[in-house]
Amino acid sequence: MNDQTMTPQERAAGLKGMGTSRKRVEDVRFTQGKGNYVDDIKMDGMLFGDFVRSPYAHARVTSINAEEALKVPGVAAVITAKDLEPLGLHWMPTLAGDKQMVLADGKVLFQGQEVAFVIGTDRYAVADGVAAVEVDYEELPVVTDPFKALEPDAPVLREDLAGQTEGAHGPRRHHNHIFTWEVGDKDATEKVLAEADVVAEEMVYYHRTHPVPLETCGCVASMDKVTGKLTVWGTFQAPHAVRTVASLISGIAEHNIRIISPDIGGGFGNKVGVYPGYICSIVASIVTGKPVKWVENRMDNLMSTAFARDYWMKGRISAAKDGKITGLWCHTTADHGGFDACADPTKFPAGFMSICTGSYDIPVAYLGVDGVYTNKAPGGVAYRCSFRVTEAAYFIERMIEVLAIKLGMDAAELRRINFIKPDQFPYQSALGWEYDSGDYHTAWDKALNAVGYADLRAEQAQRLEDFKAGKTRKLIGIGLTHFTEIVGAGPVKNCDILGLGMFDSCEIRIHPTGSAIARLGTISQGQGHATTFAQIIASEIGIPADDITLEEGDTDTAPYGLGTYGSRSTPVAGAATAMAARKIRAKAQMIAAYLLEVHDDDVEFDVDRFAVKGAPERFKTMKEIAFASYNQAIPGLEPGLEAVSYYDPPNMTFPFGAYICVMEFDVDTGEHEVRSFYALDDCGTRINPMIIEGQVHGGATEGYAIAMGQEIAYDQMGNHKTATLMDFFVPTAWETPSYTTDHTVTPSPHHPIGAKGVGESPNVGSVPCFSNAVHDAFRPFGLMQSHMPHDQWRIWKIANDLGLHG
Amino acid sequence: MTKMHVKLNVNGADVEGQAEPRTLLIHFLRETLGITGPHIGCETSHCGACTVDMNGKSVKSCTVFVGQANGAEITTVEGLVNDDGSLGVIQEMFREHHGLQCGFCTPGMITRAHRLLQENPNPTEDEVRFGISGNLCRCTGYQNIVKAIMAAAAQMNASKEAAE
Repeated sequence: MNDQTMTPQERAAGLKGMGTSRKRVEDVRFTQGKGNYVDDIKMDGMLFGDFVRSPYAHARVTSINAEEALKVPGVAAVITAKDLEPLGLHWMPTLAGDKQMVLADGKVLFQGQEVAFVIGTDRYAVADGVAAVEVDYEELPVVTDPFKALEPDAPVLREDLAGQTEGAHGPRRHHNHIFTWEVGDKDATEKVLAEADVVAEEMVYYHRTHPVPLETCGCVASMDKVTGKLTVWGTFQAPHAVRTVASLISGIAEHNIRIISPDIGGGFGNKVGVYPGYICSIVASIVTGKPVKWVENRMDNLMSTAFARDYWMKGRISAAKDGKITGLWCHTTADHGGFDACADPTKFPAGFMSICTGSYDIPVAYLGVDGVYTNKAPGGVAYRCSFRVTEAAYFIERMIEVLAIKLGMDAAELRRINFIKPDQFPYQSALGWEYDSGDYHTAWDKALNAVGYADLRAEQAQRLEDFKAGKTRKLIGIGLTHFTEIVGAGPVKNCDILGLGMFDSCEIRIHPTGSAIARLGTISQGQGHATTFAQIIASEIGIPADDITLEEGDTDTAPYGLGTYGSRSTPVAGAATAMAARKIRAKAQMIAAYLLEVHDDDVEFDVDRFAVKGAPERFKTMKEIAFASYNQAIPGLEPGLEAVSYYDPPNMTFPFGAYICVMEFDVDTGEHEVRSFYALDDCGTRINPMIIEGQVHGGATEGYAIAMGQEIAYDQMGNHKTATLMDFFVPTAWETPSYTTDHTVTPSPHHPIGAKGVGESPNVGSVPCFSNAVHDAFRPFGLMQSHMPHDQWRIWKIANDLGLHG
Repeated sequence: MTKMHVKLNVNGADVEGQAEPRTLLIHFLRETLGITGPHIGCETSHCGACTVDMNGKSVKSCTVFVGQANGAEITTVEGLVNDDGSLGVIQEMFREHHGLQCGFCTPGMITRAHRLLQENPNPTEDEVRFGISGNLCRCTGYQNIVKAIMAAAAQMNASKEAAE
């Protein structure tokens, strides 16, 4: 390393630091089947657990008879709410300030709800046991429509809340009402709308869907009766928060609980919440003294853990004749299912829906959200989303299109004249956010040029003429989206979950020989943290990324953090990583100065070393400094070289992007083809371009699924109609389009390395992009708004309703 | 339930064990033999995370009874590494082209790609996309998986030519 013949650029390249498409260190294990996911964990004497679930969406549970089940060979026990009640664990608190039944306590509120937990020696015995439990139900009237749920004579769902007029987020005005949340200036907005030249009004529905990671949720709970220590391995996106919650609700001291997230097979928000399976496994392990494994199957997953979206967004947007937007009004009816188990920061019961002014300079706005109970599964999780940002982006990007129709304007031009201008940043939005940085015009122009926008519109117009002349039955739709995200939750002053501030952390220890280990409060679920966070450290302190081990997910060893969701790992833990590295660099500077016998200020950092200013041949490498920190008594300095940072971000970050897709639709069959999809993302400083592009491909594919077919659907009886992968659309390689990725770089001014986060951008941006393409194709025939998912039948129906089938 | 005696050849090694006749091959591999590369993602044959090679064909081991596999030659992702323990060419290309993220679909996907390239050593992109359409991935959008399989095909063909 003392080689002076290498240029600084060559030395930097050897570090594989920030900006490098470094190959992933995780992949050597994963490609040969050596990952360690929760279902891979096997312990001596381990028992299995599984649920008896409700076939009804709303019913009284009049009796549960486990007699026959207990006769099944291998079945060890059957747990019901009555067994949990003495422990106070028959209900559990939700992340949203509500409470949820762990096991049916007198009634059930959704189909698939957990009624009893059967434990046995293997999963086959348990399946037999589950089938043998006899439960008697008395059916109750079902309500699956959130608007009907608010009618005066609607069935009472939450009898436990009888007489409670005050909820976790303010007054409740009806027995099925959860909260009202309001932001912005209602009176001023309504005044602007009343006086506007043009007003567009639409109901925009973002349907219920599900994150559906390929690995379902599960855990192994193991209570060691000798030490009194409870260890739980599980699919936890926020292991530390799970530890604190587990301690608070079980009464077990927090130091006696160890939560471990092993490898996680995709999360996408599904694995943020606490589910009955975790509680029942823990109780079962305590009772039996044996480890207990619970892993849900796919049907359990789609029916009971973590739906997403289900927002009915009524919007009004006003503009002057020239297209300049003057105001935005939105009222959302949010269907939360039987319990409010949304995973939002406490002060934001509708998450960051208030980012719904999007990329536009809108002087006045109002947002009101009403949360409603229905006979559907609880959840409301952020499916690859920073707490309802996907809903907000879909809403504003649809409203812009509708406004463009009202104005008779091109939707690309309407966006451009309303973008927040570069010199307006930091920008104060009408709904209370301070956007950190952006250059929307540059991104938009780059995108329009890249796709050849003018030519595309000409081709589309020609196709329309051909269609009208009977020469073709296919229409072209051009989908436009410019989204602004809000991620990186978040500043402790206004972001917490159950009172836990949403900071994050990193601890770095440099070993004597100059390699290192870093531990973070986050947990990767495929994002490649072990690869990218090492790159940040490599650039900050000059140790090769290949010499840095990265660990997450074990609460006994990792510093406290709030976990990975909401694109918060890079904005928050990534910042903590840089800050911890800078603490180490500061100490290294003092050590180097001592070794070089100069003043601290007389040395400067140079890629992988500190050199004397003006005399670059006099230097100490980080390896030399590391060794010195362990073997020399340096006056005024403690031995060792390590640091920890708990980073409380001063603000959120605001990534943005410009997406454009071209689709063709067969008017007679409703079939579609994605001809091209161009995704420009600006996530600030780019740490690993390869991984960023991979995130965009994956997120856009999730968006494609959501927009074009993926749906959690119920019938009027509350029967779940999409509980298998036969009915719930997950695209294969055959349907999935290819993506062209592009970028601009507008660093975040308040983030130590300028990074903003990217994981969720493609899901946020692609859904309106695909949906707008569908609407755009049928715009000439008068289509204003048609709800997602735009599956084949629904597109056929659009054409049919517009009279295009002759 | 009465157990049956099962003999298999897994990744070149003869193995045997006792299993209830209703035991699924995936559970026998994972829980009796401790071969945890193949995963369970749906239990209904849709996702392909459990894909293994059985007597030269890709099967979804979540819907094969172990009794049906009695006497079969099984290859899982663990069996696709080179003799010296280094990554096999398909595994290496998945790493090289970022063909995986969470890694959960990867063992099934690579095992399927292995059989696809045995059946069709020179696939077009469309043939690759169709050929892996029984394997779902939630992370990658398939773009880099397709790239990895195409690159693996090219490498395998180049080394075949060099050997000839």
